[in-house]
Amino acid sequence: MRPILECINLKKNFGSNHAVAGINLKVESGRIVGLLGPNGSGKTTIIKLANSLLTPTSGEILIDGKKPGVETKKIVSYLPEKTYLNNWMSIQQIIEFFSDFYSDFNSEKAYDMLKRLNLDPKEKLKNLSKGNKEKVQLILVMSREAKLYLLDEPIGGVDPAARDYILETIISNYNENSTVIISTHLISDIEKILDDVIFIKDGQIVLTSTVDNIRDEKGKSVDALFREVFKC
Amino acid sequence: MPWDLKSDRPIYTQLIEQIELKILSGEYPPGARLPSVRDMAQEASVNPNTMQRALSKLEEKGLVVTHRTSGRTITEDTDMIKQVKYELAERQIAEFIEKMQFMGFEKREILTLIAKILEEMK
Repeated sequence: MRPILECINLKKNFGSNHAVAGINLKVESGRIVGLLGPNGSGKTTIIKLANSLLTPTSGEILIDGKKPGVETKKIVSYLPEKTYLNNWMSIQQIIEFFSDFYSDFNSEKAYDMLKRLNLDPKEKLKNLSKGNKEKVQLILVMSREAKLYLLDEPIGGVDPAARDYILETIISNYNENSTVIISTHLISDIEKILDDVIFIKDGQIVLTSTVDNIRDEKGKSVDALFREVFKC
Repeated sequence: MPWDLKSDRPIYTQLIEQIELKILSGEYPPGARLPSVRDMAQEASVNPNTMQRALSKLEEKGLVVTHRTSGRTITEDTDMIKQVKYELAERQIAEFIEKMQFMGFEKREILTLIAKILEEMK
């Protein structure tokens, strides 16, 4: 089976800084994968390369066998680390906007999730708290029926209760044919829902494994192993 | 019984143990239908693939039966459930005795102590 995401000797330099320093990686379909690394390790750069917001200095990144571009954006649902939605729009307007823009957008699903979170679709974005804005954004991203979800720090700004809801949203919306890649450094909160983990440091992969393998072989949680590998 | 997952052991083995306990305690009675993998995963807040793996192992053991069209049920073989229950009890007791012996108790002392505490609990 063709990997949904593949990196071949992928490199990205910013001046003399090697943000991504030669990564080889294959991610299969139907997995929830944690892209884990300390601040500045290259997580966001990889995700931006996958969305063609950046172009590689050398090497290749392929989505479902294709270079990132218009075609791959149809099958990739991306949650950036920063919000890009227009503040003056209401949630409802944004949902209409998304459903015009993406053919795989499921409005019914979006309204359903809003209801469960007690968010009023008529509310303007500018009137929402930071945490609620993040929730709306995640709802929009997860309401697409994409093959690959790229979530950059989806739980950074929300309280622990909302974190649980967000993780639940991810579990209940992903299906066997899609892959979710979550970049984060909040490992203990998400390791229960991950299949695989990728540890990256200084733009290089230091470890790839499954969560249960790590626990089996090392007798410790992914969080504990992370603290050990990345000890300052 | 709520799901309680520790962070230092594989998740799927913990799921197996906890589903076993739910079966032995009667929370999932013999022949009962199990919720879907997705619902169970959501309830335990774990990855559906991990829940699937745990259920497959229970299927291999024979405690859970998969039907082609109507999902999964708990086995109706009450003898098997009883047997698993005894196995679990034996393991628990062996662990307990090991600890007691480590503390320096003789077999006879352990028995007397158990009898005494059971008496007091009445």
